[in-house]
Amino acid sequence: MIQTTKMASGQQWVLVEMVQAFYEAPAYHLILEGILILWIIRLLFSKTYKLQERSDLTEKEKEELIEEWQPEPLVPAVSNDHPSLNYDVVTGPPSHKITVNGKECINFASFNFLGLLDNERVKQKALASLKKYGVGTCGPRGFYGTFDVHLELEERLAKFMKTEEAIIYSYGFATIASAIPAYSKRGDIVFVDEAACFSIQKGLQASRSFIKYFKHNDMEDLERLLKEQELEDQKNPRKARVTRRFIVVEGLYMNTSDICPLPELVKLKYKYKVRIFLEESMSFGVLGEHGRGVTEHFGVSIDDIDLISANMENAVASIGGFCCGRSFVIDHQRLSGQGYCFSASLPPMLASAAIEALNIMEEDPEIFTILREKCKHAHKALQDIPGLKVVGEAFAPALHLQLEHSTGSRESDVRTLRSIIDYCLDRQIALTQARYLDKEERFLPPPSIRVVVTVEQTEEEIEKATSCIREAALARLE
Amino acid sequence: MFADDIVICGEGREQVEENLERWRFALERRGMKVSRDMTEYMCVNEREAVYNKPFVESFEETPLLVAVLTYMGYGILTLFGYLRDFLRDWNFEKCHVAKERDEQKDFVPLYQDFENFYTRNLYMRIRDNWNRPICSVPGARMDVMERVTHDYNWTFKHTGTVLFDVINMGSYNYLGFAENSGLCANAAVEAAMKYGLGVCGTRHEIGNLDKHEELEKLVARFLGVESSMVFGMGFATNSMNIPTLAGKGCLILSDELNHASLVLGARLSGSTIRVFKHNNMQSLEKLLRDAIVHGQPRTHRPWKKILILVEGIYSMEGSIVRLPEVIALKKKYKAYLYLDEAHSIGALGPGGRGVVDYFGLDPCDVDIMMGTFTKSFGAAGGYIGGNKELIDYLRTHSHSAIYATSMSPPVAQQIITSMKCIMGEDGTTLGQERLCQLSKNTTYFRRRLQEMGFIIYGNNDSPVVPLMLYMPAKIGAFGREMLKRNIGTVVVGFPATPIIESRARFCVSAAHTKEMLDTALNAISEVGDLLQLKYSRHAWPSDEETNHFSYLDSHQD
Repeated sequence: MIQTTKMASGQQWVLVEMVQAFYEAPAYHLILEGILILWIIRLLFSKTYKLQERSDLTEKEKEELIEEWQPEPLVPAVSNDHPSLNYDVVTGPPSHKITVNGKECINFASFNFLGLLDNERVKQKALASLKKYGVGTCGPRGFYGTFDVHLELEERLAKFMKTEEAIIYSYGFATIASAIPAYSKRGDIVFVDEAACFSIQKGLQASRSFIKYFKHNDMEDLERLLKEQELEDQKNPRKARVTRRFIVVEGLYMNTSDICPLPELVKLKYKYKVRIFLEESMSFGVLGEHGRGVTEHFGVSIDDIDLISANMENAVASIGGFCCGRSFVIDHQRLSGQGYCFSASLPPMLASAAIEALNIMEEDPEIFTILREKCKHAHKALQDIPGLKVVGEAFAPALHLQLEHSTGSRESDVRTLRSIIDYCLDRQIALTQARYLDKEERFLPPPSIRVVVTVEQTEEEIEKATSCIREAALARLE
Repeated sequence: MFADDIVICGEGREQVEENLERWRFALERRGMKVSRDMTEYMCVNEREAVYNKPFVESFEETPLLVAVLTYMGYGILTLFGYLRDFLRDWNFEKCHVAKERDEQKDFVPLYQDFENFYTRNLYMRIRDNWNRPICSVPGARMDVMERVTHDYNWTFKHTGTVLFDVINMGSYNYLGFAENSGLCANAAVEAAMKYGLGVCGTRHEIGNLDKHEELEKLVARFLGVESSMVFGMGFATNSMNIPTLAGKGCLILSDELNHASLVLGARLSGSTIRVFKHNNMQSLEKLLRDAIVHGQPRTHRPWKKILILVEGIYSMEGSIVRLPEVIALKKKYKAYLYLDEAHSIGALGPGGRGVVDYFGLDPCDVDIMMGTFTKSFGAAGGYIGGNKELIDYLRTHSHSAIYATSMSPPVAQQIITSMKCIMGEDGTTLGQERLCQLSKNTTYFRRRLQEMGFIIYGNNDSPVVPLMLYMPAKIGAFGREMLKRNIGTVVVGFPATPIIESRARFCVSAAHTKEMLDTALNAISEVGDLLQLKYSRHAWPSDEETNHFSYLDSHQD
């Protein structure tokens, strides 16, 4: 109590003193203080200071912006003489004898390796199927688009490849492009060969995984990348435990016609614990004693490969593609393979055609030996053509002929090769260039003529073709 | 031919005149005569009035109680899922899932644990409703192979018995061209005999048959566009061509319910993607305005181009795109329009030319006309139609043209024959009859379902009819009960639909006779009572309301 009264009296005294000081203070001091107080008040009520002007646009300004905006044209103009605009027109079946632009030729361009495109047995089987099921399936596999022939074909493919399970797609391109993103997701790592074909590239892009390219068929380079990754993993073991890794390679490379060193890849697989996806569109029905592809060629156990994918549009001469492997791997695609789930299923007659093609391949494995002999023959005959070099393995059915000396510009190279093809077309040899999307390819292969060998070609025809190419090269590559 | 049905719309008289001229041009190019009555003007400013016919689309709200029960259902299923997983982990329950090889046990697991939780514990319970194998034409009736399972759907065995003549309400056979005899099948047989089945080459590498060229010319004529290109797979038509049309610095505006192929194509293109609410024009307009006003994120550079992706009929909702409004917006904001007519081509419009025909619009207003041949034409593959520059560009730059094998000749033939039939170029009116039958069937089927008290989604004119089931247990029950009554239906749940909106989907076909539809409807009603599916709280139809349908009745007979 006493203390509070003391304090109160003290405050009173201070107040009195202040009033007194106010009276005594000089005028200039008071004026200064007054100005300071006004300044503070001004600061308090003034607008907050901003670094930028506010960017709210008025409706009118927005309208103006919308009015002003001019989009680019939907597509850039293509000149009428673009080489890809004028396709060669094929009338009739693209089988052994093919009519290109009205001229009957011997076919050295279609991937009809086993000559099954025009096979009477295949046709009859497909027709029977057509007469039973009609053409289309009118639905995806899930919604009444699964036919008994699809199940049969899957079973047959699995049996043919000696794997647990197979799954079919209705489009060759979509097969590997759907299979990769079904497993490899964001954050996973894919090691892929530089020469990988376009559908692999698209699959990788769709997966949004981390992609590491190694030099074509260079196992040392691959091992270097794997080692790098191992070091990375040691730094962050928690992340490493959930990061899936894959190696994606082709059996016979579409773009280079050479074979992947599978045994070494399998060694690396177990050493670094990476899964292998193998794309066999060019080697299925070609390599191996029974046409099972690269695994059979090298005698590698198919169980060591996690997933094999191939299309049925080359050797099988139908449409569509398939993946095969262990059920643990393959079954996942039935709900996660986009091209499987969300697309109409394969027309049953095409499935039947593929089944019959498998029958023929199983009944007569001799066909693969014949094909290999023909390939070797063609490979040998194509050597030493002045100005052209053969790219590819001796047993590869689709070889590339590249210019030995490029003119320096891709366009003129393409034109030169086209003139060789035209020369041969005039002499009844149908050839084609390997086509690429120049701007889209990750590593664009040099321009080339594709020479496809099939079992139907006789030795004379191969001789004729090679001598024709030789003449053309002599005439056009001065 | 159908010119009487067309009402020309536009803002102000001048525009109407202009549109009229454009129409006349478009029709004459398609070989149709223009009648003189085409002078009925509708000068409108209101957005609702740009339609030349009633646009009735309903999505009745989910009853609250149903929603709560559905969520509870999923909750219980999830709890049991965890319990079962726990039991499997401790080997109390036999695990049927395929296992990793022993040699690869120390690899990083191929699947994350939770990844397949849904498949293992929910989907597996009702898996028998999907992938039912059939062994006949997927026509109005089909033969379904009987399967049994002895391990709760983990594996199936075929008993060898076939359920004959199941009424097919599942296949996308809108015009009934899935046939194994008749004009189309015969022509396909001939083509197969002549050309073989495969092509063994891409369009650029000696895989360009005269059949393909014939087909492309016909498709362009059918659509009323300058040029067209065909592809071997519908899915790939989207996923491989959108990347050639848009790229970095472009903006793609995509409907939230767009098909997976459109989504994949948009993603592969590398463009920025923004999603607007399903068929919601305000949402689309807002995105368009904001995009142009603000430009690209961070740099604020103007967008190179804006591409709007929409579908004609949405396959899970049965809704029809509000095309007149989309076109108005696209013109106003100078965007490009990509229209996917997978389900609508052949199934809509007086001439079967899809949603553009349905609304009586000019196909030239749609920049990219895409569609598939799988559904109405009973074949396979897809197309893109548009002006010559677009198609020339695609021919030279499409992934599909350069890297994918071209279309099988008998498939191409099937499309040619069925398309000519629709166009009446086969010299008969069979195609026209199919179109009428489909429209009649659609109206009848939808109206009967509504009268029965089901909640059905979508547009009154859409042959895709989703019937709401909501609860997860009813998905399986509905599919099985219907098959017991010899009717094949499609049921769908999450993730194809929002989690509580599981549904059954019927696809009406011109091949369905009234008897078949009545049989199906009676069965649906019976199953609906059994499973208590008649959720609708709308009263259908009192006498006044039937007037609303009077225009439909005129179609009836």
